[in-house]
Amino acid sequence: MVQLQEVTFDELKHLVSDRALTGETMLLNMGPQHPSTHGVLRLMLELDGEIIVNCVPDIGFLHTGVEKNMEAKRYEQAEVMTDRLDYLNTIGNNLAYCLAVEKLVELDVPPRAQVIRVILAELQRIASHLIWLGTQSLDLAAMSMFLYCFREREIILDIFESVSGQRMMTTYIRPGGIWRDVSGEFVQLVQDFLEYFPKRIEQYEGLLTKNPLFIDRVKGIGVISAEEAIAQGFTGPSLRGSGVAYDNRKVRPYSGYEEYDFEVPTATGGDVFARYRVRMDEFWQSLRIIEQGLKKLKELDGAPVRSSNHKFVPPPRSEIGTSMEALIHHFKLWTEGFNAPKGYVYVPVASPRGELGVYLESDGSNKPYRIHWRTPSFVHLQALPFLSKGHLIADLVAIIGSVDIVLGDSDR
Amino acid sequence: MGIEQKLGNMGIITTSLEKAVNWSRTRAMWPLLSGLACCAIEMMAAEASHYDMSRFGMELMRASPRQSDLLIVAGRVSRKMAPVIRRLYDQLPDPKWAIAMGDCASSGGVFNNYAIVQGVDEIIPIDVYIAGCPPRPEGLIHGILTLYEKVEREKITDWK
Amino acid sequence: MDEKLKNAIQAIRKDYDVDKLTFRGEYSMLVSPENVVDICRQLRDDFGFNMLSSLTAVDYWPANEPRFHVVYQLYSTENNITLRLRVQVPGENPKIPTIEKLYPNANWHERELWDMFGIQVDGHSDLRRILMPADWEGHPLRKDYPLGYEEVQFSFNAEEIDKKKPYVKE
Repeated sequence: MVQLQEVTFDELKHLVSDRALTGETMLLNMGPQHPSTHGVLRLMLELDGEIIVNCVPDIGFLHTGVEKNMEAKRYEQAEVMTDRLDYLNTIGNNLAYCLAVEKLVELDVPPRAQVIRVILAELQRIASHLIWLGTQSLDLAAMSMFLYCFREREIILDIFESVSGQRMMTTYIRPGGIWRDVSGEFVQLVQDFLEYFPKRIEQYEGLLTKNPLFIDRVKGIGVISAEEAIAQGFTGPSLRGSGVAYDNRKVRPYSGYEEYDFEVPTATGGDVFARYRVRMDEFWQSLRIIEQGLKKLKELDGAPVRSSNHKFVPPPRSEIGTSMEALIHHFKLWTEGFNAPKGYVYVPVASPRGELGVYLESDGSNKPYRIHWRTPSFVHLQALPFLSKGHLIADLVAIIGSVDIVLGDSDR
Repeated sequence: MGIEQKLGNMGIITTSLEKAVNWSRTRAMWPLLSGLACCAIEMMAAEASHYDMSRFGMELMRASPRQSDLLIVAGRVSRKMAPVIRRLYDQLPDPKWAIAMGDCASSGGVFNNYAIVQGVDEIIPIDVYIAGCPPRPEGLIHGILTLYEKVEREKITDWK
Repeated sequence: MDEKLKNAIQAIRKDYDVDKLTFRGEYSMLVSPENVVDICRQLRDDFGFNMLSSLTAVDYWPANEPRFHVVYQLYSTENNITLRLRVQVPGENPKIPTIEKLYPNANWHERELWDMFGIQVDGHSDLRRILMPADWEGHPLRKDYPLGYEEVQFSFNAEEIDKKKPYVKE
């Protein structure tokens, strides 16, 4: 039988102001089971009436031991864990992990696989932003937005399912390429989505951007300046909302992002509305990237999607019957995996939430010696007290939504 | 409705109390609005427009355990979260049911490690297990309908 | 190699006794624990490394001297350069000074270091466990900490394991 652990107030006394000790301010517990904390986040709030004096986040309710568990698995086995970290950005997590492994073992990825990776990563970015938009507006009492956003997200999940067989946990991107080439209907499905989605963004804008009820809830709330945002380690849309045009796809390009023509949307103000504005603009940029990706994909029709370096990438099934060497590679890879050279790399990618970094260290064996995930939600959540001090408790909900946290991402 | 031909002019039908109560329990089962991890997203998808769980009388998710009958454990349960889940379950008023949604809640799934409870049935009694990582929304709906079948079979002597 | 990064590394190597390591085009410096705050301050103020990207540790158990490497990943948004500091920490009574005053977001990262590796952080404002429950014993990411592996049930041993499982009774 599990017992609830007693937390004495003395342990937490240094986190609240002196006024809490005299009973002048009230301590309120929010979460871990709360509809507006976007998961199992617990906040200890010190309130003066309705105004937040201090906010102490307590995380770890979804601590999964992913890092330790990945150390016990071989490189190709460990990848299934990456999907389940940030479950709104599964393709992006696979991509970050595969880029780190590829950098570690110096593996090249064929161009067609690069293009497919970019298209899927951008679709995932749209899907993730849709969940953010749906839940953020749901928290601010716009129920219909939630239903609309999930309707559009289903289309993207159908595309993922057509290529990988799974809706969310795809594990489609593999070290040295992708699992297999996309299905024949892929291009048509993405094309349909490109035609369908712009109209929807305009609808969302119509429902929210000029809606006074929404604007009143988000303007001037949770303001952070550019310098403070950088000091707090903000990245991604949360930093761009403060006017810093920093995006890993531009400054440290990967997977051929340098060949695509797109802009990094920014907004000034640094408040909830600015972060909303940035994400809404990112929809358009992602669509632009996908459109260019489809053009490239047509040029590369029939090109290989997996590296031909069979020391690290299993040979295709057709070769195993005819080539002795392929059979040996296949056997070696699926029984003992591949050994990575001794060393360590840090690979940052732009996840929908910010900089997702993988620190991967190898000791020369077939398992990662140490893997650390630098996750954007962890860093953004840390700034929550900073963002929420002095605001009303109802605004806290808007602030949590605006930094777009995923608890699986922050707790690992 | 077709039922009125059988009613006669009295407006009365006869059935057993067991059947009538079990039927009514299944038709307004309110789940607790509580998600843990990946499966919670699929649970949201099941509620949302495309899969529309309200067809089965389940659109009303209550945020307070005091107002709900069904706990859907949607996602992995960490050792830190386990006491909270137990307390939530204890707060549900009887009669109450619980569904373990997904592999992690059912058995620990891929996370066979120090941080994750290896199956939420170690801390609360579970009525229906749903396989999948995460289960599709259809899977969740199927699980709930399976729970309905179970509830309809309940005996008057087992009522709480 | 970027000119600005070269200057930064040269300046640090002039003032402190540090080793430079290179792997796959990434640069690291081996730093001793007592210098890390000064080096971080110099890098932040003089060379524009204004963001702490990541802070973690690696456990080299059973090696004891040094057992841990604490890894700081610094990034400069203006110059787009990144530099890694590796701080060697012994296995007995592991300790590093805090850099919370320089980089506010180091706060939680250092709490995670304490929680996961048991590395004490001197001068930290709020050194509590962050991810594990407050009454947890041990530091999970240490290499001598077991993964907590539970035996998998197959048809031949399913019943045997079932008996041992702590199922809850209503």
